[in-house]
Amino acid sequence: MSDREIRRSMEILLVEDNPGDARLTQEAFKEGMDTNNLNIVQDGEEAISFLRKKGKYSDAPRPDIILLDLNLPKKDGREVLAEIKEDQDLKRIPVVVLTTSKAEEDIFKTYNLHANCYVSKPVELNEFFDVIKSIERFWLTFVQLPPK
Amino acid sequence: MGNKPIDLLLVEDNPGDVRLTREALKLCKHKINLHVTEDGEKAIDFLYKQGSYTNVPFPDLIFLDLNLPKKHGLDVLAEIKSDHALQSIPVFILTTSNAEEDIIKSYSLYANCYLQKPVDVNKFKEMIQTIDEFWFSFVKQDIK
Repeated sequence: MSDREIRRSMEILLVEDNPGDARLTQEAFKEGMDTNNLNIVQDGEEAISFLRKKGKYSDAPRPDIILLDLNLPKKDGREVLAEIKEDQDLKRIPVVVLTTSKAEEDIFKTYNLHANCYVSKPVELNEFFDVIKSIERFWLTFVQLPPK
Repeated sequence: MGNKPIDLLLVEDNPGDVRLTREALKLCKHKINLHVTEDGEKAIDFLYKQGSYTNVPFPDLIFLDLNLPKKHGLDVLAEIKSDHALQSIPVFILTTSNAEEDIIKSYSLYANCYLQKPVDVNKFKEMIQTIDEFWFSFVKQDIK
């Protein structure tokens, strides 16, 4: 599919505990295609509740894609990833790990847990925007995503 | 991804598509070493360095067609993603099919992403360029 074809609006789940990074991500998505809907949760437990539509998330939309930080409170990002990818229903949702960690061990473990891709969060603002827009372009306009 | 050349394994039985992929990859900013196997069994041999493939590198990325002779792409995918030695290699399904069933099965078997191969040559080159701009530029790879 090319950029020129109209897609329905996509649901993105951002799992990010740093409010600054969450805000930046929001801004970056707004600059791109503002038909996409960014849902934000701040820890690993909330992420799982959102995905399983538990409690206050009973009406939560099913995400087309998940952006997941690794270092999260309450439930670590690696555990969230493992849980998603072991679930028969949730496993096919692409998970883009977006994290400040550059540890090689993390990269290996993350791919072994079946993350779809691993991206380092840039420190520099313009680069951060570039990365988010690139993620949006690649995953939301270009790749074939699984139907919901 | 840095300046190191990328070892890409293309599993594709159509010689025209192989040629097209090779040409499109030449336009990438990043240097790509393209390795090709034309069926699913040879792909597995390549990955296990057996048969005629004893001296091949470990790929950084695999482009995998679905409709392959000898072993279907989904069987190759399942084998890669269930082997601890291979499962961390990103696999892009690159196929003419846009059947929902194929897409669902591929992601459920842990394909990293699913791309429908454009028929148009220019769109195909655009696709490779998009991969170059995102995956080869921003995505972190496991160190071999």
